[in-house]
This record gives sequence, C-alpha cells and structure tokens, in this order.
Amino acid sequence: MSDFTTWDILRNLLLAARWTVLLSLVSFIGGGIVGALLLFARTAKGKAGPAFVKTYVELFQGTPLLMQLFLAFFGLGLFGIDVPAWLAASVALILWSAAFLTEIWRGCVESIARGQWEASASLGMGYVQQMRHVVLPQALRIAVPPTVGFSVQVVKGTALTSIIGFVELSKAGTVVTNATFEPFKVYGLVALIYFCLCWPLSKSSQILERKLNVAHRNH
Amino acid sequence: MNYTFDFGWLIEYWPVLLKGIGITVELTLVGGVLGVALGIACAWARALGPGWLRPVVAAYVELIRNTPFLIQLFFIFFGLPALGLRMSELQAANLAMVVNLGAYGCEIIRAGIQATPKGQFEAGASLGMSRLQTFWYVVLIPALQRIWPALSSQIVIVMLGSAAVSQIAAEDLTFAANFIQSRTFRAFESYFVATLIYLALAIALRQLLRGLGWTLFPKRTAR
Amino acid sequence: MSLIEITEVKKRFGDNEVLKGINIDVAPGEVIAIIGKSGSGKSTLLRCINGLETIDEGSISVAGAQLLPDELHLKALRLKVGMIFQQFNLFPHLTAGRNVMLSQMVVKKTPKAEAEEIAKRMLERVGLAHKFDAYPDQLSGGQQQRVAIARALAMQPIALLCDEITSALDPELVSEVLAVVKELASEGMTLIMVTHEMRFARDVCSRVVFMHQGRVHEIGPPEEVFADPKTPELKQFLGVTH
Repeated sequence: MSDFTTWDILRNLLLAARWTVLLSLVSFIGGGIVGALLLFARTAKGKAGPAFVKTYVELFQGTPLLMQLFLAFFGLGLFGIDVPAWLAASVALILWSAAFLTEIWRGCVESIARGQWEASASLGMGYVQQMRHVVLPQALRIAVPPTVGFSVQVVKGTALTSIIGFVELSKAGTVVTNATFEPFKVYGLVALIYFCLCWPLSKSSQILERKLNVAHRNH
Repeated sequence: MNYTFDFGWLIEYWPVLLKGIGITVELTLVGGVLGVALGIACAWARALGPGWLRPVVAAYVELIRNTPFLIQLFFIFFGLPALGLRMSELQAANLAMVVNLGAYGCEIIRAGIQATPKGQFEAGASLGMSRLQTFWYVVLIPALQRIWPALSSQIVIVMLGSAAVSQIAAEDLTFAANFIQSRTFRAFESYFVATLIYLALAIALRQLLRGLGWTLFPKRTAR
Repeated sequence: MSLIEITEVKKRFGDNEVLKGINIDVAPGEVIAIIGKSGSGKSTLLRCINGLETIDEGSISVAGAQLLPDELHLKALRLKVGMIFQQFNLFPHLTAGRNVMLSQMVVKKTPKAEAEEIAKRMLERVGLAHKFDAYPDQLSGGQQQRVAIARALAMQPIALLCDEITSALDPELVSEVLAVVKELASEGMTLIMVTHEMRFARDVCSRVVFMHQGRVHEIGPPEEVFADPKTPELKQFLGVTH
C-alpha cells in the first residue's frame, strides 16, 4: 500500500519532534521570565500592578490557547509584517505560559507564612529584600514540583501550533499520514513520542512533590 | 499600523456563530457529565478497585495526561476507523472530550478519596456496608466536595480545549470563526469575537459550576 | 526626655476601633509590661510601634524617628526598635547564624566577616553559640526564640518589643527565654513587652500598663498595680476577690 517503512515514518516524526522540543523550551523559559516579572507586579503593594496581572491571567486562562495563537498570528500581521508561524507560536505560547506560571508561583509566595514577612519587615528589610532573601528562597522550593508539572502542559500546548502552520511533531504527523494513509500507526507513534517527552516530566514532578512532603513532615 | 477594524460582517454571520456556540456548549455538557462519571468510576477503580484493574486504569490516565488532546482527537477520528470504529465528527469530538476529562477527573477525584479519614471507611464497614456501598454512600460526596474547585477548573480547561475539535471539522465555535474568516477575509476580527465568546462561556461555566457545587453540597463543611 | 512617645494613638479595623487614644511615654532603660485580656488592643499597640500596622490618628516616635507610612521612615524606625514574635518567625531556610547575619548584611550592609562576628557574639549572649550552624527545625521552641532575640539584637536596636514571646512555648522552656530577657533588662535595654507572665512582670518591670477595651486603664509601678488595683476590671483580671 505504501512505500514507507515504519522506520521511515518514525525518523520523519523524530526529526519534527526537535521543533516541538525547541518550541517547548523557548515557551517555558520565556514564559518563566515574563511570569516572574508578572509575579513581582502581582504581589507588590499598590493597586494597578495586581489588577493588571489579575486581568492578564483571567484573559489567558479564560480563552482557548488556539484562539490566542490565531490572534497572535493574525494580530501581528496587522502591523504589516509577514509573520512567520514560529514567531506567532512563540509569542502566544510565552504569554500563555507566563499567565499559568505566575499564578502557580503566586500560590507558592502566598503560602509563605505572614510571620516571615513581618519578621523581615521588623528587621528593616524593604519589599525587594524581603522577596529576594526571605520569601523567594522558601517559595522556590515548593514551586519546583508544580512548575515541572506545568512544563508538561507546555509540551502538549505546542501541538496546537501545527494549526497555524508551524511544522512540529503534530504537523509532521498530519503530513506523514497524508503520504502514507496509515493514520492509526502514524498518530499512534506521534502519541508515543509525546508520551516519551511528557511522562518523565510528569513523573519527576510527582517524585519531587513527594520528597517535599516528606521534608515538610520532618519539620 | 493603518488597518481599519471591521465588524460589519457580524450582522450577516451571527447565526453561524450562534450555531457554533450551540455545538461548543453541547460538547461541553456531554463531555462534562460523562467525563466526570468516567472520572468517578476510574477513581474508584484506582483507589479501591480490584488489584488487576488498578494498573489498567493507571496506564489509561498516564497515557491521556501525557499526550496532547489534538493527537487524541486525530487518533480517534482518523486512526480508529482502521479498527473498524467509524464515527461522525461530533461523536469523535465527544468521545475525545469524555476520555480526556475522565483521565484528569480520575486523578483529581482520587485525591479527594484519599483525603477521606480512615474512620469513615471503618464506620461504613462496622455498619455492615460493602466496600462499594461505603464508597457510594459515605465516601464519594464528601470527596467530590473536597475537590470540587479543582474539578470545576478542569471542566473549564476541557471546554476551552474543545476549540481543537474544529480540526476534524466538528462545527463548533472555532469552526464557525474559521468559516467566517474564509468568507470575509476578516481573520483577526473573527477570532477576536470568537475569543470574547469563549471568555464569556468560561466565566458563565465557572459560575454555573459554583452554583452546582452549592446545590450538590449544601451547607456541609468539607473535611 | 522620653525615648518612645506614643501620643493619642487611634487604630480602627473597619468599624471596630481597637485603640481609642493611647498615651504612653517610655524613658530610656525602662521595662514596660503591657497586660490585659485578649482583644484589649495590647498586641495591636505593639505592632503599631514597629509599623506593622498603620495608625489612623495620633503619633508614635522613637528617639526622634517618626512613624510614617513610607518605606524610608519605616526603615529608620525599625532600625531603632527590634521586635520578637510569639511564633519566633525564624527563617526556616537559613541556619541560626545566617538568621542573625542576614539583616545586618542586606539592611545595614555590614561586611560578611563582621556580620558573622556579631552573630557569634549575639548567639553567645543568648547562650546558643554552639548552635550557629543548626537549622531552626533542629532547635527547640525556647532555643528558636532565643535565636530570634539574638537576631533582633544584632541590629543594635535601642528598644525591643516583645509580643507574647513565651506564649507558644512549652512550660518548661519559658524560663530560659525569660532569663535572657531579664539579662537584657539588667543591662539597661529598653523593653516593651506584652505578656501573660505576671510574676515576671512584677519582678522585672519598671511599669505595668493594664489595657482594657482599647484604652490604658491603669498604669504604674508593678508593686502598685498588682498590690493595689484601683479599677474593678483590673481586679477581675488579676483574679483578686473582694
């Protein structure tokens, strides 16, 4: 029926999977940086910063990632530039990841007891010093498992970028299917590759979480 | 940027949007109800079920949680016919959503079951109930109440994720936006309007689920 | 000349007025005990002096530093008054030594070697020199509280505020903390403490403030306040039957 061996299919998919990995890394790291900036604005005193971040998070968590990709793709196009799919995909995924990461981290910062803020304030520390030396070092520890867990969502999220034409693992799956007419095998393999990317991340998130809980019990 | 926004097409195309909204709502409703039911069954199987069933359910949950919804959808719609399982776009979309929510729901609900104080199981047993009866009459409702906020957010996530079903030509809200932009060449405006509608749907769904929580778990405090 | 001047201080939480015009002047070297039922506003008053709560009316000044709700004034004030909390509030991710060093280094910009030197001295002062490298969760409650005292002392404050510092401790650990406080008092440190330890208040304090419903109800030297309470509220509080 087709001249493609399973190995041919797999090799093509794996080559495309490199782009899935690269886009995931860019989105996760970029999202982390933007998310950290948003976190400072969200937890700072004053009203404008927190209100802005709240709305930002609400918008990105309350709308489909696919729509965000479309809007980035066609929205950037309005400025007269011809937007390559990778650019729209990166922008949308970075902003989307930032919304989720900042929300995860806010939870961690807020779980730090009030007394820690008060004790450091009574010692004369300002907001930035409190964050840097007292709150973040503690929050970071509890933030690691859910942050690693979220990276799985990022990897899976990149699949949607195939729809705006970015050629990564999912797009390659469609292309290869159209050439081989073996959707069962091809999409099965695509799923397997995603699983191999995501499962180690999920598992390490769980293990980290368990370790943290044990450490807490010893307190 | 010298682009003039044009929303004039709304006058002509709002019935298309409305139909898309209808499908998205229907998918969410079916996916939500059956997905939660599947989640409960799987949570029971994983936490309290027979030994042979636990690894099977665990494998299902891990497989779904570690692959993209889009690929699950493609596999069901394009791949399964190879096994003789042919279904319509909407059936495939529905099935994918149920299977997806079932896996996430399983993990969430299982956490609620595991937080049940041991005494509850012992009290059930001491009153002569079977394990299944204890689960159904004693454990389940407080467990659901405990994790209702997490389950609610997951249902909203699944609703938003349903945008992907347009890719197998299920005629949901995103499909409607695609259709409109192909006719009007007003891509940004079409998706902008669709995005706003999704936002409204998400807010409404969240409120609905909160209200449902109050009705299902009236005035009882979670433990 | 008073070191701490609290003048007509009022504080509201919503509709609830917790401080209804407080006036207290504290001279250098005085040890003040604030007593009263819970909800009388005594902890709130202490937290106001450290700027952890803002005040709605009146003024608080410590050695000329005015309590104003901006970072600069707050920092100046907090450099002059240290605070010890009921729940210790040690930084769990740092060793005892590091707990004492941190604020010296980041707030006062003391060089690390010097901060370490001071930290060792302060821990020695509270009898915990050997616990320099221990983490808070490896210390008993009493030891943690003594580290907290060392941490505050390292900033060389001219006054120390103690908010029920023995209330969270097991009974057998209370005396080791009070011994440290007593030592500080004898060295001339100005102390304001909210406390339930009546015996300690009687033995160590120069004046006792009885607060009731957001006001200073009675104030005077301990022998007077304890031996001869004037108001029925204080009598009831002290459990004096009449």
